[in-house]
Amino acid sequence: MRALVAVKRVIDYAVKVRVKPDKSGVELNNIKMSMNPFCEIAVEEGVRLKEAGTLSELVAVSCGPDKSQESLRQALAMGADRAILLKTDYRTDMELQPLAVAKLLKKMVEKEDPMVVLLGKQAIDDDSNQTGQLLAGMLGWPQATFASKLAFNSGLTGVDVTREVDAGLQTISLKLPCVVTCDLRLNQPRYATLPNLMKAKKKPLEVVDAASLGVDMSPRLEYLSVEEPPKREGGRKVDSVDELLDKLRNEAKVLA
Amino acid sequence: FSTLVVAEHTQKGLHPATLSAINAAKKLQDDICVLVAGSGATEAAQEAAKLQGVSKVLHVDAPAYQYPVADQMANLLVAMQQKSSFASIMGPVSSLLKDVFPRLAGALDVQPLTDVMDIKSSDTFVRPTYAGNAIATVRSKDPVKVFTVRPTSFPTDGLEGGSAPVEPVTPPEGQPMVEFVKEEHAHDDKPQLATAKTVVSGGRGLRSKEGFDTVLDPLCQKLNAAMGASRAAVDAGFVPNDMQVGQTGKVVAPDLYLAVGISGAIQHLAGMKDSKTIVAINKDGEAPIFQVADYGLVADLFEAVPEMTDKVAQ
Repeated sequence: MRALVAVKRVIDYAVKVRVKPDKSGVELNNIKMSMNPFCEIAVEEGVRLKEAGTLSELVAVSCGPDKSQESLRQALAMGADRAILLKTDYRTDMELQPLAVAKLLKKMVEKEDPMVVLLGKQAIDDDSNQTGQLLAGMLGWPQATFASKLAFNSGLTGVDVTREVDAGLQTISLKLPCVVTCDLRLNQPRYATLPNLMKAKKKPLEVVDAASLGVDMSPRLEYLSVEEPPKREGGRKVDSVDELLDKLRNEAKVLA
Repeated sequence: FSTLVVAEHTQKGLHPATLSAINAAKKLQDDICVLVAGSGATEAAQEAAKLQGVSKVLHVDAPAYQYPVADQMANLLVAMQQKSSFASIMGPVSSLLKDVFPRLAGALDVQPLTDVMDIKSSDTFVRPTYAGNAIATVRSKDPVKVFTVRPTSFPTDGLEGGSAPVEPVTPPEGQPMVEFVKEEHAHDDKPQLATAKTVVSGGRGLRSKEGFDTVLDPLCQKLNAAMGASRAAVDAGFVPNDMQVGQTGKVVAPDLYLAVGISGAIQHLAGMKDSKTIVAINKDGEAPIFQVADYGLVADLFEAVPEMTDKVAQ
């Protein structure tokens, strides 16, 4: 059984993002970029399913600039078998929007014929939390978002997914093929070790011009401005627990 | 033109977030229809009908809507859209609508919007990106706007005195593709991290799992607070992943947020900086957490937190 896993390259989670003075977006030049943390969880899950014998092949797909190959190499180093980059020069945090990404991924699903598509629940740049659901809707496949546990049945015809929902944990049962988006609790991704990164250089990575797939990628949302949030006035210190409790009771009025 | 607001409810009543969504919908200046889809949910539909500004309540009452799943809700909304051609379909951010709306948008070939915090006009919206570190104003070119709104950005009051008709809606035929199995309310007795009024989070300064259990937990119990953690504490194995507050964990905005032994990494700040009042307790007076804290206490947490627990009223 084959699975596709989608991977996005974003500004590293530990970097402080800077909004450009002209309000045209966030500064991307000379900024450390990494695989989106939720995509790492999706890759890890795919690799574990391969190790367990549930999957026979794991194919990583990314949409973005040439440099997205770095994230695909990381996926390969973690254990994916091969990778495909759908190359575009659209800015992936603003211009290449989830609707277009889902359309591109749909093309890959049609080509690769996977039984499962794994994605992170959201990318930490545009925070849309949409691509997996859009893709499932376009494919007419069942979807399980915010997955924290997957249990495939023995015949590999279906999967029970535990999901993180507002009320707690929900379990749903899906038939394959399906789309799953991964939440934080699903697993702890492994590190891509240097030897594995070296080995990953030998794994196949195909680069396809995204425009050649005949998909409408034009942005539906026009960014009028990107601004910094209002600054928080912090920095006051108190000298003791008593003073802290007094302030919380009588000034902030958040304690009885 | 009209707006369809998809209500979040508990069958017996509307979730307060629905009231925020209706106040947000008013900014679009179109007729407001409210969909209450549930099993029974008559009380919730009646409550929606009494909200000022609502022109019609559309009520789906079917056993299958006790625990609606994404494809079922998306199919219902597609059918309603085909019949009524709403200019906007919106609702509060919730695990259900985050699941449903993009699927609906895919069917309508529309780019949806998540987490809208302000509505400038019928096609221009403000939403946070980069965990709230960059606020984007975007114009949608799609003929139908599909979006969720952030409940904390819109008021819940000022909606008394309406009287709208309640119209039954027959949902489309067909079985959902996904079968609901069960729902577990993990810690029903404890406040949930995402919705708690008070959150107490611990960092690597707690030193161990025992630190969380013996120092932080008693304070959480006294304050009726949800317990959170920094990514550093999670990575160190002190607490499970689902307690993580931050850009890659849960984004919270309680009335009171206490950061204990947390230095204040950027990705942690992104997950809690919208809290009303922030308190930081840390040994290191130079820790970045103090820059966003309304009240900072430079102290050994192993002394300060038990003292605080003793002195806080039950």
